[in-house]
Amino acid sequence: MQPFTTLSGVAAPLALVNVDTDMIIPKQFLKTIKRTGLGRHLFDELRYNADGSEKPDFVLNTPPYREAKILVAGANFGCGSSREHAPWALLDFGIRCILAPSFADIFYNNCFKNGVLPIALPQEQIDVLMGDARTGQEFVVDLAAQTIRRPNGGVTKFEIDPFRKKCLLEGLDDIGLTLQHSAAINAFEVKMKEEKPWL
Amino acid sequence: MAARTLYDKIWDSHVVHQPGEGAAVLYIDRHLVHEVTSPQAFEGLRAAGRKVRRPQATLAVADHNVPTTDRRHGIADEESRQQVDTLTANCREFGVELYDMNDARQGIVHIIGPEQGFTLPGMTIVCGDSHTSTHGAFGSLAFGIGTSEVEHVLATQTLQQTRARNMRITVQGQLPFGVTAKDMILAIIAKIGTAGGTGHVIEYAGEAVQALSMEGRMTLCNMSIEGGARAGLVAPDDTTFAYLKGRPMAPKGEAWERAVAYWRTLPSDAGARYDKEVTLNAADIIPQVTWGTSPQDALPITANVPDPAAENDEAKRTSIVRALEYMGLTAGQPLTSVRVDKVFIGSCTNGRIEDLREVAKVAQGRSVAAHVQALIVPGSGLVKAQAEAEGLDKIFRAAGFEWREPGCSMCLAMNADKLLPGERCASTSNRNFEGRQGRGGRTHLMSPAMAAAAAITGMLTDVRVLLADKS
Repeated sequence: MQPFTTLSGVAAPLALVNVDTDMIIPKQFLKTIKRTGLGRHLFDELRYNADGSEKPDFVLNTPPYREAKILVAGANFGCGSSREHAPWALLDFGIRCILAPSFADIFYNNCFKNGVLPIALPQEQIDVLMGDARTGQEFVVDLAAQTIRRPNGGVTKFEIDPFRKKCLLEGLDDIGLTLQHSAAINAFEVKMKEEKPWL
Repeated sequence: MAARTLYDKIWDSHVVHQPGEGAAVLYIDRHLVHEVTSPQAFEGLRAAGRKVRRPQATLAVADHNVPTTDRRHGIADEESRQQVDTLTANCREFGVELYDMNDARQGIVHIIGPEQGFTLPGMTIVCGDSHTSTHGAFGSLAFGIGTSEVEHVLATQTLQQTRARNMRITVQGQLPFGVTAKDMILAIIAKIGTAGGTGHVIEYAGEAVQALSMEGRMTLCNMSIEGGARAGLVAPDDTTFAYLKGRPMAPKGEAWERAVAYWRTLPSDAGARYDKEVTLNAADIIPQVTWGTSPQDALPITANVPDPAAENDEAKRTSIVRALEYMGLTAGQPLTSVRVDKVFIGSCTNGRIEDLREVAKVAQGRSVAAHVQALIVPGSGLVKAQAEAEGLDKIFRAAGFEWREPGCSMCLAMNADKLLPGERCASTSNRNFEGRQGRGGRTHLMSPAMAAAAAITGMLTDVRVLLADKS
């Protein structure tokens, strides 16, 4: 996994609540057997007309947001299915950080497995950042310092679980970390066989 | 020891390692796999030279992409076929049992687990699918995971997890005539909102929940994720054990007795603490339909489409306006004035035999409205066989319903079954998101009986009227 340290870039404002994973990446693109190449289908139905032409008023179709690295959105972002294609599509487009008042659990978790940083902030702060995003100027997200530097120089602090932070900063492989506990897993299975033989 | 909830007990008994800070390593008893969320996980194993740690705890099935029409000639869509073929090849390479498209036991992953007795109380169960919450009906901790986590479970039989908070939803009293588990869960989601259970595991309790059959409990737990909770739970009881006894993968003989004795220790202790409590009265629940593009947009069928002008919160008002526009509805119109084009009966929410019996009760001796195409897609091959043994298929066909092969079908429209832009569907599935059943398609969620009623009249309809006609 690509580590996440600092990220500078334009933030696209998407002032919708309950953005679901069907909206982020519709099911017709889930037939892939790869993780890459989904960026051009990100927000497909919001972004393109039925004939494949771009909808000119959708935020990611307007400069400077075609190059957005950050997304500012409404509450309960990523609700719906467990499809990891959602963070894969965001990442493939170039978005590595999402700012929202809240996230759905599975999506939130999936982000961290892919070097994408979801940041939950109170609604009032998101409202301010949404305004900043509309100016099209750059934000700087610093994970080590847990700060977002706004275009006007102001700084917003954010919270993150220390373990998740460490994994992102170092780009750690979860499976590798878990396998350090192989002996404990083996011991657990031995005990399970005795106590719950039906498993 | 302090009083614990059902969730606390399952969690505590599955912790392999708990570091001072960060996630626990949680043991996973059962892993269900399907073709959409697994290819990249198996590819990851291959790239790292890893094996499936416990193939015997893993069961795979092709369900999302499979056609529901004649399967003798395989899958026409090339990408769908490749995904299903990839699952077959991966299962063979890694030694995982697979119910392929032509297996009599094939079906939707969340229907076949319980059917086979693969799902048992007190277990941890995962699948790369958010509706894994279905299995919580058995008092097992079951939740959806992403593909990276699928790979993690395949490789280690564990997951890194942080403990969720406890939420209890109590439904008191008895469900009235014509009101089902689907109406109960839609009413719950309308009350708590689509993020109401975020960060929590929901335990459903109360007289009305205990009175549900296992299939009703599965419908209830299935849509926990639509309320934001990764998992839903119902305490295991005699109803649970009666359902499981004799299932192919359920324990037998002495092992069965030992298992039941253990399962009886699982229900929450008296005095256990919940972080959040919600109570509903079953008597207040009226058959539900959704009007908008979020599962929380559920209303009694007797209500009118909401008027955004009556909403004070600006964000909510904007969201109602947007939903009405997408759904092609007018503020204030009665829900019973909404005409439907298609009806979909099936899915992991409502594709089981009792659901089909409810549909048959409404359909018998009646005909599907001339302008409506109505599909019935059984949840599994075994559900299909059971329905045919009971003669339900004859009732469906005589009424003008299409009787299809099992799979996920139009719940998410990854196969050929989908809505065309602007088409309106009465659906027994779980999500009414924009484009969910096909780009531009309009979904109204409801119970199987309500969907059957909509098929007959061609409009959103209060099924209680049709049921009363019969009695």
